Amino acid sequence: MSRITLLTLQIAVAVVAVGAWYVLSTYPVFGVILLPPFFFSTPGDVIKQVIVWFATGVIWKHLWVTLVESMLAFVIGSLGGVLVGFWFARQPRTAAVFDPYVKMANALPRVVLAPIFTLWLGLGIWSKVALGVTLVFFIVFFNVYQGVKEVSPTVLANARMLGMNERQLMRHVYWPSALSWMFSSLHTSVGFAVVGAVVGEYLGAAAGLGYLIQQAEGVFDVAGVFAGMFVLAAFVIVIDTIVTMIEKRLLVWRPAIGDAKP
Amino acid sequence: MAMAAAMTATTTANEAAVALNAVDVAFRVPGGGVFRAVSNATLNVADGEFVSIVGPTGCGKSTLLNIAAGLLPPAAGTVDIFGRPLGDLNRQAGYLFQADALFPWKTALENVAIGLEIVGVPQAEARARAKEWLGKVGLGTFGDRYPHTLSGGQRKRVGLAQVLIRDPKILLMDEPFGPLDAQTRQIMGNLLLDLWSADRKAVLFVTHDLEEAIALSDRVVIMSAGPSSRIIGDWRVTLPRPRDIADVKLDPAFHDLHRDIWHMLKEEVIKGYAQAEGR
Repeated sequence: MSRITLLTLQIAVAVVAVGAWYVLSTYPVFGVILLPPFFFSTPGDVIKQVIVWFATGVIWKHLWVTLVESMLAFVIGSLGGVLVGFWFARQPRTAAVFDPYVKMANALPRVVLAPIFTLWLGLGIWSKVALGVTLVFFIVFFNVYQGVKEVSPTVLANARMLGMNERQLMRHVYWPSALSWMFSSLHTSVGFAVVGAVVGEYLGAAAGLGYLIQQAEGVFDVAGVFAGMFVLAAFVIVIDTIVTMIEKRLLVWRPAIGDAKP
Repeated sequence: MAMAAAMTATTTANEAAVALNAVDVAFRVPGGGVFRAVSNATLNVADGEFVSIVGPTGCGKSTLLNIAAGLLPPAAGTVDIFGRPLGDLNRQAGYLFQADALFPWKTALENVAIGLEIVGVPQAEARARAKEWLGKVGLGTFGDRYPHTLSGGQRKRVGLAQVLIRDPKILLMDEPFGPLDAQTRQIMGNLLLDLWSADRKAVLFVTHDLEEAIALSDRVVIMSAGPSSRIIGDWRVTLPRPRDIADVKLDPAFHDLHRDIWHMLKEEVIKGYAQAEGR
């Protein structure tokens, strides 16, 4: 399929979906409006709401708050995951001792922690950051742990035969291997950082996209809820594109997943 | 030259680059018990000598190499390197592995330079010398390529440069050209002989390909089928050097030697298969 055909078809899907939404929420079919605007809003109202947000500039503050929370959660969670992942991978005994607790903590649905974090850290950004950290940490931790553990034994033996000491092994073998695993989970961990921030905001905050959606929902402003969802989706796509660009630069040494395809 | 094949006496232990004295290799098997891979192997490699170990699959040739490298301690016996007992890793040896051992996150140039950088050679100098070595292995323009973009043969060339740039006194090679196609193997064999003849290092070369072993080596050592495989033959190859792998295989002396050694090896290969199937 050529690029243009693909793009045309992709746009067609959006046009049909939004078109159907518009028709069904505006014109009665056999005397019934299938998508009552009270519950489903209309595309026009949603677009209007989005434009108002951007025109008045209210949205920027919320976007900024969500962005800051996500990035903080990502950075702190990643740092923690890298450190603990390295530590556990190099100290199998420590890892064995903590293993059941790590599994337990990871099995816990993190949303239930949100009230606790709100209680501990208040309604500001830090309770959201904490929620994001608990999500990001485990993804990065498991990947780094795996990355250090799964260094090819041949590469390791080669490094030792070339004369590397423990510190040089860290720098030239374990570290790049762990980083490559971490970067390959970058999409997931950044995604979870955003999830943590938005869910946290939804459950109690004074600003942010999650807060915006929650506020709209509180007054049955369905257009506001949908508008918030669209802005959020666009926000995530932008971040994901940036992550893809970073990933391409950092992992040039890796064969692209699509390489085998014609 | 008349008799190309002869059982040879080994050089004395203290002048040898590598001396394995009555070495046993054994592994603990999960579920208890010990698997004896190699038993009572005595082998000397003189300085500047090219020795190949040939044996059927699974006879423990590679583990013997790991013993000489110090990556694996022998279960019994001793290892001397230039007359000194080997305790830890063999710092005098360069090891070319069978599997891909390049650092995938480093470019070809960085892979070659790393051996110098870790011993404190300034980066600029290490890179310049690495570039020179890439030229020697015929990859002068491939310095900024990552291993995954190189072919199997090119990766082996980088590996060879990576090992040789450190100028080790001993070269250990574990079926280094195993995964390559026949033509590439021949080219790599000639490249290896060229580089080796420049400053003859002691080489211990493991292969299952008898022709390759004879064409490259001064001595060919035959191992019996495992487990508990032993060294059962030691043949001197007196074909004149410098050799060309393709030409040397046409030499009648090559054929005589090949026939004699193969006669011995064949039985072991058959035994090896029988044991592998019986397992």
